[in-house]
Amino acid sequence: MDWSWLPEYWPKLISGLWLTIELLLICSTLGFFFAVLIGLVRVSGPRWLAAIATGFCTFVRGTPLLIQLWLIYYGVGGLFPSIPGIQDSVLWPILRAAFPYAVFAFTVSVAGYVGEVMRGALAGVPKGELEAARAMGMSSFTVLWRIWLPRAVQNVFPTLAGEMVLTLKATPLAATITVHELFSRSTEVRQDTFLTYEPLLLVAGIYICLTAIIVVIFRYLENRIPKATLA
Amino acid sequence: MFESLQLLWIEEPGRGLSLLNGFYHTIQIAVGAYALGLTLGLCGALGKIHGSGITRWFLEAYTLLVRAIPELVLILLLYFSGTAGLNALLLSLGFERVDISGLMAGILVLGVVQGAYSTEVIRAAILAVPKGEQEAALAIGMSRTQTLFRITLPAAIPFAIPGLANLWLIVTKDTALLAVVGFFELATETKAAAGSTRAYFTFYMAAAMLYLSLTLVSNRAFSWLERRYTRGRAGSGAM
Repeated sequence: MDWSWLPEYWPKLISGLWLTIELLLICSTLGFFFAVLIGLVRVSGPRWLAAIATGFCTFVRGTPLLIQLWLIYYGVGGLFPSIPGIQDSVLWPILRAAFPYAVFAFTVSVAGYVGEVMRGALAGVPKGELEAARAMGMSSFTVLWRIWLPRAVQNVFPTLAGEMVLTLKATPLAATITVHELFSRSTEVRQDTFLTYEPLLLVAGIYICLTAIIVVIFRYLENRIPKATLA
Repeated sequence: MFESLQLLWIEEPGRGLSLLNGFYHTIQIAVGAYALGLTLGLCGALGKIHGSGITRWFLEAYTLLVRAIPELVLILLLYFSGTAGLNALLLSLGFERVDISGLMAGILVLGVVQGAYSTEVIRAAILAVPKGEQEAALAIGMSRTQTLFRITLPAAIPFAIPGLANLWLIVTKDTALLAVVGFFELATETKAAAGSTRAYFTFYMAAAMLYLSLTLVSNRAFSWLERRYTRGRAGSGAM
């Protein structure tokens, strides 16, 4: 094992690590927000909107994330330069960078997978509790914010931890569209030093640590919220 | 937009044929990896339940590592170490080096990944079978092997089907990751076709539709299978 390259590439690896964490946090948060919307629409929205949301979830869950990522980056991103005048617009620096496409693709993916989870979770909250809240005079939004959503999240909390780990494990795919996150940094080291295993083993170790951190944080939070009483 | 649809046609200059060919390889790799995963998973589950301390420790490490490391990193690690390791083994045994075909390597790599997930699914399913059924089988004089194959495993199938169905869907999608190592499956063929014609959107959308159709057909098949195996069970509808 040869680790002499480590000091030289350390700063790059750290910056890659931060980008991975950034990608994970942004996409998980945005994705969860859209997932709740999808869950709400599918449980209580108008039928045509629910059908669209269901179709969206089926598409996202039925196709590989790598293909979605390439579809968005090369497919959609490739169409932008043909729009006249866009290269002079203020949006161009965003449309030209790879990072926003990765954020978009992973957010869509999280929304699709977690949307399915949230649909079940929202549907699983007993109707009586929501009716009781409404009878107390809460507005629909207050019911959602104080009763419906907390009760739903409580029931699927361990699943959400699992989804976050899956999102972390998906972030290396961003390397295929030139986002310089942790995995792409290891590829860089491999190409420069002709080492096969060491860089891969190092990033594998870092991903294991990140997974462990996510698991520990979620377990801590899980112990702090009251136990779910639903079956 | 519409002229690019002609590129999907089967005949030249359309790339439909190479896409379908890639799709065929994708299904081959997925079926092989799934079968290998199930075999490893069954052994792993039995090892976790009945094995000695060291077996259990080893299996715990296997499932934990595979589930914590990103598939992309695992695929590269297993691909390089697997091919190098196999050749080292063959050389030390006095055989010639072999070039492992892309198909075999893909099946091996994804199979090892699947094995870890299958282990957990099958273990949980076996543990869900009421102990009394196995004790009854032993009591009427069946050997442990007979009990396993005639009682425990058949009774565990209904518990395992939802998890195993999910794993099949995961492996079909994970085959796309092999594009990074350059196997000739659907994602690689699509990338090549899209790159040479510059009709990126059309080709990636077409590939997405192929994967989606595979998922939808599989869903149908598994829900049929689940209905069949839970038939006549108490509370079968609610599981």
